[in-house]
Amino acid sequence: MKSSDASRLTLILLFAPFALWIILLIILPQIGVGWLSLREKLGPREYAFGFGNYLDFFREPIYWNTLLRTAWISVLVTILALLIGFPVAWYIAKIARQRSRAALFLMCLIPLWVSDLVRAFGWILLLRETGIVSGMLQWAGLSSGPVELLYNDITVVIGMVYTVVLFMIVPLVSTLDGMDNALLEAGYNLGGSRMTVFRRIVIPYAMPGIVAGCIITFMLAAGSYLTPILLGGKNSMWFTEQIYEQFVTRYNWESGATFGVLLLVFTSAVVWLGLRLTGQNLASTVAKE
Amino acid sequence: MNVAAPRSGLMRGLYIGYMLAFFFYLAAPLAAAAIFAFNDSQFPALPWKGFTLNWFFGSTEPQIGLFNDRRLMAGLINSLWIGVIVSALSVVIGTCNAFLFERKSFPFKSALYVLMIVPLVIPGVILGISILVFSSMIANGVSDAFWWEWDFLRPGVLLVILGQLSFLVTITTLVISARLRKFDIALEEAALNLGASRVRVLATVTLPYLAPALFSGFVVAFLVSFENFNTTLMLVGSDAPLTITMYDRMVKVGSTPVLNAVSVFLMIGSGLLALASVFAQRPRRGEG
Amino acid sequence: MHDLECVNLTRIFGRHIAVNDVSFTVPRGSFFSILGPSGCGKTTLMRMIAGFETPDSGDIRIKGKSVLEVAPNRRSVKMVFQHLALFPMMTVGENIAYGLKCRGENRSDITRKVADVLARIGLPGVQDKQISQLSGGQKQRIAIARCMVLEPDVLLLDEPLGALDLKLREQMKIELKLLQHQFNTTFLYITHDQSEALVMSDNVAVMNAGRFEQIGTPKELYNQPGSGFVAGFVGDTNRWLGRVTGLSGDEARIALDAGPEIIARAGGALVAGARAEIFFRPETVSLTPIEGANQLSGVVDSLLFNGANSRILLRSSDRLIEIAQGVMDATTPVARGDSAIAWFRPAHALAFAAPEAG
Repeated sequence: MKSSDASRLTLILLFAPFALWIILLIILPQIGVGWLSLREKLGPREYAFGFGNYLDFFREPIYWNTLLRTAWISVLVTILALLIGFPVAWYIAKIARQRSRAALFLMCLIPLWVSDLVRAFGWILLLRETGIVSGMLQWAGLSSGPVELLYNDITVVIGMVYTVVLFMIVPLVSTLDGMDNALLEAGYNLGGSRMTVFRRIVIPYAMPGIVAGCIITFMLAAGSYLTPILLGGKNSMWFTEQIYEQFVTRYNWESGATFGVLLLVFTSAVVWLGLRLTGQNLASTVAKE
Repeated sequence: MNVAAPRSGLMRGLYIGYMLAFFFYLAAPLAAAAIFAFNDSQFPALPWKGFTLNWFFGSTEPQIGLFNDRRLMAGLINSLWIGVIVSALSVVIGTCNAFLFERKSFPFKSALYVLMIVPLVIPGVILGISILVFSSMIANGVSDAFWWEWDFLRPGVLLVILGQLSFLVTITTLVISARLRKFDIALEEAALNLGASRVRVLATVTLPYLAPALFSGFVVAFLVSFENFNTTLMLVGSDAPLTITMYDRMVKVGSTPVLNAVSVFLMIGSGLLALASVFAQRPRRGEG
Repeated sequence: MHDLECVNLTRIFGRHIAVNDVSFTVPRGSFFSILGPSGCGKTTLMRMIAGFETPDSGDIRIKGKSVLEVAPNRRSVKMVFQHLALFPMMTVGENIAYGLKCRGENRSDITRKVADVLARIGLPGVQDKQISQLSGGQKQRIAIARCMVLEPDVLLLDEPLGALDLKLREQMKIELKLLQHQFNTTFLYITHDQSEALVMSDNVAVMNAGRFEQIGTPKELYNQPGSGFVAGFVGDTNRWLGRVTGLSGDEARIALDAGPEIIARAGGALVAGARAEIFFRPETVSLTPIEGANQLSGVVDSLLFNGANSRILLRSSDRLIEIAQGVMDATTPVARGDSAIAWFRPAHALAFAAPEAG
């Protein structure tokens, strides 16, 4: 039939760009990295295949310590972003009036559109020895000399929470926005306390938003580069920095690829675990508008 | 009474205080980055030495302004045209994807849909290295087999474009799909029934309906491309975009107020574009 | 001459037969309705006529010519959609001009025709309004004008009144009928609302489970339903089950499952000893004695006041009988709890064969 031929043709035409994109830019490159990570350099232009690169990773404590450190700071950042972001999302979605709601939401979004680099740069100007906070402390007499607030873990965490908290707020606002206040009223009406209403009604309702926010936040945190490097200093021990160093400074692509695979496997595992524990799936959480 | 709001006055006060503190936290580093762009000093630090626009327009040493700094301007121009190309491509592919997943049925659709989402949750650094590795493998293979040097597959503009494209397509697909999903297919049938050809239906009914999403998809892609660092860093060649140029300057020269000027410029530009996209997405009067 | 003719149309989705061997003709200039519950296949039937679905077998002829090979955008059948599908990104004028532009008519003709058709539907000069500025009834008329400006052979209407509120719906029923007279075009109207179908149509087809149960004028469907489904679906009615105990001519003697023996007119073929369903309309039931009528005794359960549609509900062996005769004219002053007898003539009770299961 003519019409079914036409519809098959459009299907092929629509499928082609998708297939090209996903195969050439995602699947084959990932396979390439996986393949490279299994290649061991024996000498110039002389290679063998095996898990040597992975063994090297586990033999060298500094490498896996860096991965663990990256992991736990990322988890910490995710939790803090949730704790800090939830009240804000709640205010925007549930308390603010219609008009100020849009304005508040926009205010939350504007820093989103400014590069990581600018944000980190701003923190540096605030926190370094000659920075604004240090100056303020001296001026107020709280400190006798310049204070260096950069290059420590707390600063890294503060800066990273700053970078990712917006990605937590956006999905939270959109889920909470969909929650009818009548649910809360019914909860109270049936005798629930603030705590039970929050635990039994609000949290389950907001779960898809919480999961989506946590996934995005965690991925961004674990994959971030600028903030931990610039705020943590050169010895901040961040895993993406290791990858960069292997690729660019040491020109050891094999071990860089190995680290890349490890980071991807590790973050995917955390995301998968999070989805399993909360009973959500990737398409419905992340793809929600 | 709003049941969602705290009941006691004290709690309400604390809540508002918390919100203010939060927005202060959001604004502080941006304000710090912005203020020193206007300070008439060699260093972006206190004390305040008076207002100047030299860090934007200055043309004499030591205050070479942003618009007279050849390397920064080159970076800006690279960023602009890379951004335009990448965004245009991702809107085109994203539109195809949106129609594919919203309108067509085919085997393994839900699995492929998840695959479409996946680039969004792969860390940018990994996208960068994977494209670097893959293109180098092809380039090396071609070089070994045919003695051809395919330099365009070495780090440079093409790889930056491909690297950014790899995850921006997901974003534009999601933005455009969301609007296409709300489209009432009866509108297309009505147009067809009134005698329009398929192409005419697409041009007069479907695409005008999608226009706000296409626009905001483009803007979002452009902004993300413009500010992208992690993926770009791995793929950059000699034509570095602005964020990379700025980072280089920061690491090699240290912080200078011209970087604050760049920051201000980026904030204003991004802010305006983001606002434009928000307004474009807003339902207009004509829409039921 | 028929404007529209469907011959043995069948459409199957997987294992579900949406439209099952449907044939009908619509005479030129008439108002034809297809009435059926949702899911009966009426929308599929209409979409096949418009060309959005391809029949698995059968033929569709417009003005005598088969249109199966004609693409949907080339058929001279125009459609008013359920939610109207007015283009939100265009003004009223652009909406109406859309089909004319697709045809490639010149600009001055288009302007004139748009103005003409707007005048004919009683909305002159609204060309530049946005769709969102129109009221529900106005949108309705614009949707019709958008089709009528193309002078189609047949206008299809897919439950276009469904989205309107009750009062406006009543108004639009009359208005649609007037518009149809005015344009003198064949209307094919789909609805699940029997009152819409009865009020507006010259002919109505009652559709159930993919088949046409009966085609007839509204009066025929109401007074001489051809099947139990039609009797139950068109108009209000009381439905009782029983068993045929005797037949004489077209009269059947039926023992009700929950009541005495009554006499009813056979609506279709009946067999003595088989099960039957009996229908009698509320307006044929009275509480004042009628000579030679069937009787069902019971207790007044409630009085439902609804103006001209007021009802008495009589509970008779755990079943409710709706009674409309003599409710409002105070000829039967009864109160809740009174014992009473419902009377209805054998000629007003219709019996159809019913499936055996209870």
